[in-house]
Amino acid sequence: MNNVLVVLEQRAGRIARIGWEALTAGVQLSGAGSLTVAVLGTDTEAQATEAATRTSGKIVRVEHALLAAYTPDGYTAALEQIIQSESPTHVVFPHTYQVRDYVPALAARFGTVLIGDVIAIESGPVFTRQLMQGRLNGNYRHSGKGPCFLSVQAGAFAAAAQAEGAASISSFTPVIDAAQIRTRPSEPFRAEAQTVDLGSAQTIVGVGRGIKSADNLPLIEELAAALGAELAASRPICDAGWLPMERQVGSSGQTVAPRLYIAAGISGAIQHTVGMKGSQCIVAINKDPDAPIFEVADYGIVGDLLEVVPALTEAVKAAKQ
Amino acid sequence: MKIVVAIKQVPDRDEPVRIDSAGKWIDESDLQFAMNEPDAHALEEALLLKEKSGDDGSEVIVLSAGPERVATTLREALAKGADRALHILADDLASRDALGVAQLLAAAIRPEKPDLVLTGLQSEDLGQGQTGVILAELLGLPHSTLILHVDKIASGIEVKRELEEGWYQTIQLPTPAVLTIQSGGNKLRYATLMGIKRAKNKELRAIAAAGLVSTAPPTVVLEKLSLPQRKKSTQMLEGTPKQAAAALVEKLRTEARAL
Repeated sequence: MNNVLVVLEQRAGRIARIGWEALTAGVQLSGAGSLTVAVLGTDTEAQATEAATRTSGKIVRVEHALLAAYTPDGYTAALEQIIQSESPTHVVFPHTYQVRDYVPALAARFGTVLIGDVIAIESGPVFTRQLMQGRLNGNYRHSGKGPCFLSVQAGAFAAAAQAEGAASISSFTPVIDAAQIRTRPSEPFRAEAQTVDLGSAQTIVGVGRGIKSADNLPLIEELAAALGAELAASRPICDAGWLPMERQVGSSGQTVAPRLYIAAGISGAIQHTVGMKGSQCIVAINKDPDAPIFEVADYGIVGDLLEVVPALTEAVKAAKQ
Repeated sequence: MKIVVAIKQVPDRDEPVRIDSAGKWIDESDLQFAMNEPDAHALEEALLLKEKSGDDGSEVIVLSAGPERVATTLREALAKGADRALHILADDLASRDALGVAQLLAAAIRPEKPDLVLTGLQSEDLGQGQTGVILAELLGLPHSTLILHVDKIASGIEVKRELEEGWYQTIQLPTPAVLTIQSGGNKLRYATLMGIKRAKNKELRAIAAAGLVSTAPPTVVLEKLSLPQRKKSTQMLEGTPKQAAAALVEKLRTEARAL
């Protein structure tokens, strides 16, 4: 019998959607056992009310003045105490940057390791996560005495539906001393005004490492022009400064869902595909027939983009005449 | 400032990945290995910090755990400018979980008493992204992750942290501290001929894993590897680039209606 604790995450006062996906994974894991949902902050009333629309189980408001802004020290201390108090068999998180920042330390405090970025849960339970830049799946099992910590990848589980029945809401006040919080975070900021809204583009041409050199970018620009498409890129291209950061698609960039997404020379690591796998039609062009991008593609061409893209530009132009 | 950079050697990105006969790990025979790219950015940040601090006796120590072949990657780090290297000799890393590996690294770091421990935000093979955060917990140090830039300030360091969807945050930490470095914050340097020559005379000390720490059995076990199932039935278009492009445009117009 599994007793599951699901830890939600808030963004600008609302529960992040990926939290509802973690809740679905938690419900699946708990089976006939119990399910508890935790929300953290200084005043969590709004979060708890929102959580109560999706679960009829138990909701715990973990509140402390030192949880006003996220810090790894504050969150680790608070969750360590709620876990000791609730003694769950499994603790489920959404796989976010925030979770990556502190849950490995929290798990280590319980003598175990986070099973991160989980994409599926089978009976056992056996947890599936991706390895080798998405080229392999690995099945993991937890064998320690303490709780099993896992985080679920965005989009891997459906968001929890509206709940029928009322949840029971309680409060938990962790003991945290100001001296325990060693890092001083500032308010989040955006580097520059976003001038490119990839989110509303109908057609996008995304380019990755396969382009090899900035000198080859005109090939991609010509294809985008022929299609009337916006230009996008995977992280390495923006890191190299070949395209501006605001054209980056993926976990650290924008999330897009156009009618057509052409991925040219993009291998398809998770960090990129989470940002574009919702596209209606995906075309992948890659020299490696085993590249994971082909797993999410509707159409694929195996070949060097430096040869395929110019041919495609010509074919698009011919078709539009 | 004394900086330890934890580096992992991983299969080169362009290498084919084959599952071994036991189905529990990849076939490593004939594989080319390389420095994990995020760790290369961590090394670069360490070298920049040392250069910025001038001639104040700052030191960059690179650390890696793994079999004999890992020494090649450590030599590369020395050639790029690291001062000395520690090699935890271990042939059994695949049988340890992330906590077990971090325990080895922490045991080697402790006697060095560094001001800063840097590592990449994740490895390109397992991709768990946990080593740095676990190290901070084991060493009892403050930490921050996904760091693009590090500045020294009077009270310690100030870092630029990447958040999701194009947001950033500035964080101040006291030192000693542990940081995981995100790619894109700095440009990787190449080793110069002079650097490669100098590296030959730099200290590369091997430490036996067995003598460092007795690790508990792993609590999280990788049981089986498999090739991902295709979620969609991908239609592969064959032929010359010209033929494949023409076939694709036809499909996009008539079948997907995406043009």
